[in-house]
Amino acid sequence: MTTILTDRGDARVDASDGLRVSAADAERAVGWTLKPEGMCHDEICVPLPEGMAQGGRVDLAAFWRHLGNPVLSSEAGDAWMLGTGVDARRAALEGLEAPDFTLPDLAGKPHTLSSLRGRKVFLATWASW
Amino acid sequence: MWQQLYSDIKDTGAMIVAIAEESRGAEHARQWIEAAKAEYWCLIDTDHRVADLYGMVNVPQSVWIDETGRMVRPPETTGSTDHFRRMDLKTRTMTPEDQAARNAARVAYLDAVKAWARTGAHALPADAARKRLPANTPEIARAHAHFRLGVWLRAQGRVAEADKHLGEASRLHPDSWNMWRQAADLVEVGKASGPGFWQRVHALGDKPYYPPPDFTAV
Repeated sequence: MTTILTDRGDARVDASDGLRVSAADAERAVGWTLKPEGMCHDEICVPLPEGMAQGGRVDLAAFWRHLGNPVLSSEAGDAWMLGTGVDARRAALEGLEAPDFTLPDLAGKPHTLSSLRGRKVFLATWASW
Repeated sequence: MWQQLYSDIKDTGAMIVAIAEESRGAEHARQWIEAAKAEYWCLIDTDHRVADLYGMVNVPQSVWIDETGRMVRPPETTGSTDHFRRMDLKTRTMTPEDQAARNAARVAYLDAVKAWARTGAHALPADAARKRLPANTPEIARAHAHFRLGVWLRAQGRVAEADKHLGEASRLHPDSWNMWRQAADLVEVGKASGPGFWQRVHALGDKPYYPPPDFTAV
């Protein structure tokens, strides 16, 4: 099994030849769906260069680089980080909508920022170090 | 640590979300959170996901979010000041004057939060808020990717490889104290506030470690 790390979280997938994965694994890991017209997310479809998708499997690392995002892998090739590129990062903040996240408390219970919609939120980071 | 503030503003409906940026895991934050007896949310962020999403470079930093989910104050220093840079390193103490000025800055910041909770004061219009968004470059985007992979590798016990990625993250995003401190911490617990830290602080010269929050009217 191969671990894919993204801003959405971690996903375990069955990969071959680097990061060639099934359409179902791709969708689960990064939220993009393989269709005849390319890889699609919300309303957007990105056509794929020759060879990026074959036999229902897609080279997710190549696709992610194709989008202009950083891609890293561990030395053993068992973990891949599919990051967020500078354009997407800028776009996410310039709309001024507070980026949403879900994080656990000490007891492990998850809390989602957007569930506080309707209330003002003072979001404060700290660290024990 | 925000319980007093929360008691002061909870009747307004405002909420506090405290995020512990702890790549070493929840246990390091536990004693602080339990001591706070918090009624607000205290969340653990081992991947520094919030710092990543919001482009934060140090702690403590905060963001003010209005009822519609819009950022009305992008990341800024939460009332901390640079007075610590002048402290006596042997006794780790500040002069009474510096101590007083530091406390005053913290009180002023908390007062601003309280005023906002009650009246909406200090909320920035969209244009002004946009101007204060943190820097974003291709290097910073790559730094965040290295950091995330480094934290994951460390959790797997693959320390040498993790160290490479955390070091690279800090090199690509030198303004991020969050990344530097976590990379330093990997080598040796305590180093994050040791001689290496002070060297890096001195290298700032006239630049602030904690840029003061700007409350001038816009």
